[in-house]
Amino acid sequence: MNRKMLWILAALAVIALILPFVATSYRTFQLTLVLVYAIALLGLNILTGYNGQISLGHGAFYAMGAYCTAILMDKLGMPYWATVPVAGAVCLAVGFLFGLPALRLEGLYLALATFALGVAMPQLLKYKALEPWTGGVQGIVIAKPEAPALFSRAGIALDPDQWLYFFTLAVAALMFVLGWNLLRGRVGRALVAIRDQHIAAEAMGVNSALYKSLAFGVSAMYTGVAGALGAIAVQFVAPDSFNIFLSIMLLVGIVIGGLASISGALWGALFIQFVPNIADEVSKAAPWAIFGIFMILFVYLMPTGVAGALRQLLARAGKKAHNQPRPLKEETP
Amino acid sequence: MEAILHQIFAGLATGGIYASLALALVMIYQATHLVNFAQGEMAMFTTYIAWSLINAGMPYWAAFLLTVVFAFVFGVLLERLVIRPVENAPVLAVVVVFIALLLILNSVTGWIYTYTLKSFPSPFPQQPVFGKYISSHELGAIGITLVVLLLLYAFFRFTPLGLAMRAAAQNPESSRLVGIRVGWMLALGWGLAAAVGAVAGMMVAPIVYLDPNMMGGILLYAFAAALVGGIDNPWGAVFGGFLVGVLENLLGAFVIGNELKLSVALVLIIGVLLVRPSGFFGKVHVTRV
Amino acid sequence: MRALRATYGQTRVLHGLDFALEKGSITALLGANGAGKTTTLRAICGMVKTQGEVRFAGQRIDGRATEDIVRLGVAHVPDGRGTFAHLSTEENLRLGAYTRKERPAVEADLERMYGYFPRLKERRRQQAGTLSGGEQQMLAVSRALMLSPKLMLLDEPSFGLAPLLVTELFDILRRINVREQISMLLVEQNAAMALQLANSAYLLETGRVVLAGSSDDLKRDDAVRRAYLGY
Repeated sequence: MNRKMLWILAALAVIALILPFVATSYRTFQLTLVLVYAIALLGLNILTGYNGQISLGHGAFYAMGAYCTAILMDKLGMPYWATVPVAGAVCLAVGFLFGLPALRLEGLYLALATFALGVAMPQLLKYKALEPWTGGVQGIVIAKPEAPALFSRAGIALDPDQWLYFFTLAVAALMFVLGWNLLRGRVGRALVAIRDQHIAAEAMGVNSALYKSLAFGVSAMYTGVAGALGAIAVQFVAPDSFNIFLSIMLLVGIVIGGLASISGALWGALFIQFVPNIADEVSKAAPWAIFGIFMILFVYLMPTGVAGALRQLLARAGKKAHNQPRPLKEETP
Repeated sequence: MEAILHQIFAGLATGGIYASLALALVMIYQATHLVNFAQGEMAMFTTYIAWSLINAGMPYWAAFLLTVVFAFVFGVLLERLVIRPVENAPVLAVVVVFIALLLILNSVTGWIYTYTLKSFPSPFPQQPVFGKYISSHELGAIGITLVVLLLLYAFFRFTPLGLAMRAAAQNPESSRLVGIRVGWMLALGWGLAAAVGAVAGMMVAPIVYLDPNMMGGILLYAFAAALVGGIDNPWGAVFGGFLVGVLENLLGAFVIGNELKLSVALVLIIGVLLVRPSGFFGKVHVTRV
Repeated sequence: MRALRATYGQTRVLHGLDFALEKGSITALLGANGAGKTTTLRAICGMVKTQGEVRFAGQRIDGRATEDIVRLGVAHVPDGRGTFAHLSTEENLRLGAYTRKERPAVEADLERMYGYFPRLKERRRQQAGTLSGGEQQMLAVSRALMLSPKLMLLDEPSFGLAPLLVTELFDILRRINVREQISMLLVEQNAAMALQLANSAYLLETGRVVLAGSSDDLKRDDAVRRAYLGY
């Protein structure tokens, strides 16, 4: 971690901390969702970007996390903050279990299997037999958390939206640091090795099957945590919020943000949260067409995602400044 | 027994439609190693064009033919203008472009034609011709599907252009060395795939009613069918299409009901893939390291 | 005169080549592995980025697309043969004639190829990928000939072939060159055989021409003899 990165992160942290106090409630809510999506995208990126396993169904894990939270809060009265790790654990287990048979499927076939998962989830959630738990088509409404009492006692007035933002920010920071550590070290290298040359990786002693299933599990865990946080932010879960479109948006997010990149998760989250709004402003009649055009533009101009384009820009700027070739920026080795 | 037969025949009819679309997917896959997720929306859009033509008073078969030509040109243009600029981008980036195309086509169609269901005429007589197990339209759809598939097969197998397209898909570099313009072969492939999709759309519209979202589920089944048959095998795609069509109908009618039949069908297909990861007839790829 | 003059300056592989081919002649391009011979052929065909001029039949062909260069009458038999493995032998041959319009002439040429290489006729319906190395080489050469080219570029045609087959193949190449006046540029590591076939030769070392002349001259040259001819 060089000093330049530290400064950038510090600046980002300051901005992140100030934002809810200068933005409207609604904007703060949107930013909370950006953080939520960023966690989900980081999860998907671990699986698809770093490990090369395509998932078109990650919305299902998001839904799983969201429903975990909703059910635990609604039926068992668990406090909202406790549901997040539980949702993560459940999704870790389910993801890992899903990853095991998925080992047999490559590329397109895996895409289809995950797509099936993404399609099946809302239908499962609407299934009559599970209604007592899932609330059926109507879904479940949950209470909006209030800022903990110690803040008001300390004299800091935090309205619920602001508190939710900070709570999500804290979890996001934790998840990102965890992810960064994971991907920077042996595990990250193993994942990339498996993606690029899995036979060579195995020949060098990397337990491909274990890592691939773990990648699924960890990826699902991240997305599940995101789902849990998302449910808390929105205070509502319903099957149709988690349809295949969500899975597709997540995939779009990591591609536009930048595959195999940690910062890419943030860019992608900004894209999928705000560009649909922009598209709506441009054309009420066919907003998704405008969104599609944005997607195509981004891909044409930045085929390696925003993160990739930034990397290239910085590399070129670095060259001009120092007049000698610089090593490529970190991301993962 | 009657009911089963009826479902099987209906399944073959929709199966023919899945087969056509699956074939279009395989054609593009063979040339580019990419699955065109926008294939369904392209078919849907061209079917709406047919609807406009018929509504303007054009006789059915004239509109049919004109639409097929339009779809061909549309496919060629899409490849040259939208896909070609990203041909060197990472795979997932191209997938995103396909998804974007899907969104754009869906949204624009909904905007121009609204989302209300429209009825689409069938060129076949109303009365069942061959007994009560199968309607004329279903039989006609199967027939048209088979004719299209045969024409395609003949084209690829017996004409120089078809040979050149096969060559360009298999080995672009060597193709250039014999003077084949590989870029145009790709565009032609897209044109043909789009034309096949248009036929599929026009055959399915009378059954499910014309609606901008009509092809979503169908594309999914077609994708699954192509995989089950082996993504690089055109015959496999056809086989897969019919198989999936019959399976879907039987499941929906007798096992699980229309709600979950999509999920169950998919689960079954994945089950097949777990046992035979390259599909029934796909080539098992042995790669050198 | 159909002379081919080429000057390339590719920083990676070729560092400024100048040479010309005479119409109707066979020229050999010799050199060790990595000297840049294959790259030269690929540069002529527009398959790699080049700087500098390449002329063919009076026109500049550098910077043009491979398929356009081919259509001017340049046939390239690549290293690795470039066979369409999943198509039949006959389909491979017919693809060679893809750009030609005159059906009867094409059919006649097809029969002529079968005449030169009867083994191909035996295997005409077989999948080309299942042919032996030698047969695939014959197929590659025939496919190039089906183009009715004015210039043939051959990249290591003797590679992986038994010496007897190489003699047979080179014999046919000489016959074709004489009978149909097709110019040939032959890249070969097997210098002895190449010099026997060719009229003139260029020697490449690390992307530069270090020696040029008639094949007799090169055969007598001491450096060449020691390094490439083994005596």
